[in-house]
Amino acid sequence: MRPATIAAAVLLSALAVLALAAPWIAPAPDALDLMARMAPPSAEHPLGTDELGRDILARLLHGGRVSLAVAGATALLAAVIGTTVGLWAGYHGGRADAVLMRLTDGVMALPLLPLLIVLAAIDPAKLGLEPQAANSEAFAILRIVAIIALVGWTTVARLVRAQTLSVKARDYVRAAVAVGATPGRIMLRHILPNVASPIVVATTLSVGNIILIESALSFLGLGIRPPLASWGNMLTGAMTAVHSAPQLALWPGLAIFVTVLAFNLLGDGLQEALEPRK
Amino acid sequence: MILSRLLQSLAVLLVMSFVVYGLMGLMPGDPIDLMIAADPHLTPEDAERLKALYGLDRPWTERYLRWLAQVAQGEFGYSRLYAKPVWEAMLPALGNTALLMAAALAVALAVALPLGILASLRPGSVFDHAVNLLAFASVSLPTFWVGLMLIVLFAVQLGWLPAGGMETVAAGGGGLGDRLAHLALPVATLALAGIGQYVRQMRAAMIGEAHHDYVRTARAKGCGPARVVLNHQLRNALLPVTTIVALEIGGLFSGALITETVFAWPGMGRLIYESVMGNDFNLALTGLLLATAMTLLGSILADLAYRWLDPRVSLK
Repeated sequence: MRPATIAAAVLLSALAVLALAAPWIAPAPDALDLMARMAPPSAEHPLGTDELGRDILARLLHGGRVSLAVAGATALLAAVIGTTVGLWAGYHGGRADAVLMRLTDGVMALPLLPLLIVLAAIDPAKLGLEPQAANSEAFAILRIVAIIALVGWTTVARLVRAQTLSVKARDYVRAAVAVGATPGRIMLRHILPNVASPIVVATTLSVGNIILIESALSFLGLGIRPPLASWGNMLTGAMTAVHSAPQLALWPGLAIFVTVLAFNLLGDGLQEALEPRK
Repeated sequence: MILSRLLQSLAVLLVMSFVVYGLMGLMPGDPIDLMIAADPHLTPEDAERLKALYGLDRPWTERYLRWLAQVAQGEFGYSRLYAKPVWEAMLPALGNTALLMAAALAVALAVALPLGILASLRPGSVFDHAVNLLAFASVSLPTFWVGLMLIVLFAVQLGWLPAGGMETVAAGGGGLGDRLAHLALPVATLALAGIGQYVRQMRAAMIGEAHHDYVRTARAKGCGPARVVLNHQLRNALLPVTTIVALEIGGLFSGALITETVFAWPGMGRLIYESVMGNDFNLALTGLLLATAMTLLGSILADLAYRWLDPRVSLK
């Protein structure tokens, strides 16, 4: 393991602990202090306060909680979709393979951000959802997880398909077929464990990108919406106050940058450890 | 071969238009609601009549087919936000985006290619590690934050450069210098975020070529190190890099949505964002489809470029 990989893993573990412990470390991320808006750092507010007098450190911790949870859930969902598609296409081949791979190519060719914006702007009430449920925080989080996963599964699908094609020709798979194992069992018990490393590497590398996309959508007002804090929507507030309080823009962006960098370094390190051929 | 690729792209585009048309119908507010909001004298009966007049009471699949028939005749409709035909609203944005993206691409390549080549000369050296870390930092940067920080530093604190727009509006606009000053920060933002991937591609391609026999032959016959690297290795290593750049060309026209929004740059990305947010149905639909078409065309061009540059590769 390279030192950068270990540093990234340590940093991400620390972030995860902080995010999990956020409600105890900083119980009131939404508490307004209108007398102390855009205050400089002090003992009470270690990083100062934002344009509504909320404690920046508390919002950073809670925003990290949201960003990490969203990114983790999205990456997992995308990995599940991608793995299912890739295994199915690679194992069955023929027409199923052709259709699924055309679909994958098609999704890969789409302009990502404009499409996500359309998906994020859809009115859930027109899909028949109760207005109350449609405006809830839980729905906002589920929606962003779903739409990013919907366009983010293609890399894993291609990797898994390619690996499945090579694994399914091996003797132990042919032996399993010979003793009468069902296709489902062969895919899950014999092929999946042997295609796991590319899945792990691609999924780790995707987390950083997902954080970037989520924070960009939240920044544009289409992802996680205030008052729920996210690193992206903290920067929306900072943008409007860029002339009066330019210091607001520093911390949320730095948090995004460092976290994404750590995930990318970790993914790169994992790639070297798990797939030394490349 | 090219024909089948074009047909495939057309099929993707058709499916995409169907899906996006459907999604647009699910956006908050429909055209008649907006008319009612704009004119309080409209009665519910008027609204019904208007819906029937514009065919909005029909199922959306039927409306889609009608839209498709119109598009086939080159009729893309009117933009609600700009109150002009869609193409008249879109053409200036296309030009602005192409200018911004081409400048950013040029700057990113001018920095990234030399860095990638230098890093590849001594893999594992301190310089190589530094460049590698820089590349990782570049691909990990949130562009909207980079844009914000550049605005804070150069526009707010130092006051050297404008924070947004394409030119100074007052006093009839500025000259060339004024336009370049407006271009500086958005180009820097896009270039900073783009450098990383080109550095990594260039370095990997150079290292991949270094072990080939022709490099050894060139050294053996007495070529100087600079000549081996630049005339022999680089020429081959540029092939995969060219493909990556060609793929980016499709993006030249869909624009940099976030950067354009942060810097109020009137390009395609911002146009698409604003048309989606402002219920400008026709503009959003056409913009998205044009962006998709350009991306698909870019990938075909990338294949063609590769085949043209490297005759050993033939497309199946």
